Amino acid sequence: MAVFCLVELDGAEVADASLRALTLARGLAVAGADGGSAGAGGAPADGPACPAGLAAVAFDALPATAAASLAAYGAGDVYVVSGILGYAPQAQARALAGLLASATDASVAGVAVPGDSVLGGSVPAGSGHAIVAAGTDHGNEVLAHLGAITGLPMAANCLAASAGDEGTVDLVRQRWAGLLLEEAVLDAPAVLLTVSTDAVAAEPAASPGAAAVHEIAAAVTEADLAVHAVETSAGTGGASLATARVVVGGGRGVGSADGFAPLEELAALLGGVVGVSRVVTSEGWRPHSMQVGQTGTKITPDLYLACGISGAIQHFAGCAGAKHIIAINTDPSAPMMTRADYAVVGDLHEVIPALLKTLHDRTPG
Amino acid sequence: MEILVCVKRVPTVGGAIALTADQRAVDTKSSGFTISPHEECAVEEAVRLVERFGGSVTVVSLGPVEAEEQLRSCMALGASGAVLVETAPGEETGPLTTAAALHSVAASAAYDLVLLGNEASDTGDYQVGIRLAHLLGRPVATGIKAITVADDGSSLAASRTYRGVTETFTLPLPCVVTVKEGINLPRYPSLPGRLRAKRAAITRIPLSSAAAPVPDVRMVRLRVPDAPKKQATVLGRGADAVPALVSVLADIGVL
Repeated sequence: MAVFCLVELDGAEVADASLRALTLARGLAVAGADGGSAGAGGAPADGPACPAGLAAVAFDALPATAAASLAAYGAGDVYVVSGILGYAPQAQARALAGLLASATDASVAGVAVPGDSVLGGSVPAGSGHAIVAAGTDHGNEVLAHLGAITGLPMAANCLAASAGDEGTVDLVRQRWAGLLLEEAVLDAPAVLLTVSTDAVAAEPAASPGAAAVHEIAAAVTEADLAVHAVETSAGTGGASLATARVVVGGGRGVGSADGFAPLEELAALLGGVVGVSRVVTSEGWRPHSMQVGQTGTKITPDLYLACGISGAIQHFAGCAGAKHIIAINTDPSAPMMTRADYAVVGDLHEVIPALLKTLHDRTPG
Repeated sequence: MEILVCVKRVPTVGGAIALTADQRAVDTKSSGFTISPHEECAVEEAVRLVERFGGSVTVVSLGPVEAEEQLRSCMALGASGAVLVETAPGEETGPLTTAAALHSVAASAAYDLVLLGNEASDTGDYQVGIRLAHLLGRPVATGIKAITVADDGSSLAASRTYRGVTETFTLPLPCVVTVKEGINLPRYPSLPGRLRAKRAAITRIPLSSAAAPVPDVRMVRLRVPDAPKKQATVLGRGADAVPALVSVLADIGVL
């Protein structure tokens, strides 16, 4: 089974969410090889070998550091697709459809085929290959386009995927933003799935090899490129909520828009950012872009310091990926206090200034 | 401007999610129902656009007959028409079937804009809007937090933030846009709006005549993830807890 994993970059590095996706994709590629269910591969002896194993797919350009990470995560092949300027989700999906078709038909292996050869769900039956992406806004969007282009089902935000009986794939995916898990079977000519950004750990391959880099040109139509992103800096600066190592959270207990100043000072001191609960954005104290939770941002910091947040279930959906949670709340029985690793019973308006003073005293100047 | 908004009836979950005995659905014996926050914002956005450009808002839902409750809530906010594509009791439809059913409604009239939530809060499939757009042969943008329609109504700019960068997509109308909470702050329904919605007619179409079932991801069972059974370590009370708090911050490695 060939497993193609769409890779996103974060600066010159492979995005954390993509490393998680590569980890799941590698497991699927290895399982497919072990099970001997390689699908419609041509005999390796006569003609180009049907690709097997894990291949990474990147768009535009690939910095050397990122290429090295892809090899470390077990990618045997890396496809760098040119011809799509900026982010155009349907065009990326069309290029992936071309790769899927070329993997299935060994006669076009390694070359991009016209995208419309897979239009109308005409991916040859039983190719058994998979295309995997991170469960990010981009990853889910591109794979949904790929599902629509090929007529294939798509499973979003998976935690696990393994070869099942009779060429099917057994998977576990998140519902309710991870508050509930769905065990499901995917029975399709090719497997399309995205990988949870907060519930799968990124693990490099045990015995990585070198990755062969292939430059290919995307075969896309004008219509595929029509909807594309024009990018401008959001002007937020600093670490983003989704990738911050430290998030200082504020909830109803903060009490007002002005009440956030000490939290912001603490976040800056710890090299992190402030996140908020839904009530804070509903009250208009902070913009929705700072909201942590099911309908906000999912965070995966080393530390989530939740101040004055009671902990609605939808909020946990956003912060369950934090390595450590410390809660500060006047109510010791609040869900956030009982589910945290550490709890401080008290008023954040007293605890945070005292903490700030101690931290400032520790660091002269 | 004629706008169609797609909404889904989902359980209101509070402290915890409980499952039915067969593990195939959320136990709703003691819960109410609602639509996703993303979809509330989609309805609000549609109503605001019609207030500016004229036209009307129609809401559509694929679901059981009880989903009329959610359609009426949307009408109380300003939608003037509603269509229910009715599923059998307990029937769960996958994203391919859902997109096909919505397509049958969306293609039946000349809608300038079809709005959806970015994802349903229960199944979280992240694809219905895109599949619908492809079936309609229209451009689509997803996860949108701001929509600006050109004065002549011929196109719109849709933007969102991703990895600290604002992405703006320009789409000609007609098109499909999925939105996220935060695009606006939905209004509360007015009393006249609620009264009007109570009496309004809802067009009902059975799912069987709307779309044929298609192979999709097949759910076997649902389960609640194993929460790590941990007991929070109480570091202390008030400011007295600060020394212990600092030492934990040092242990975690964030100082």
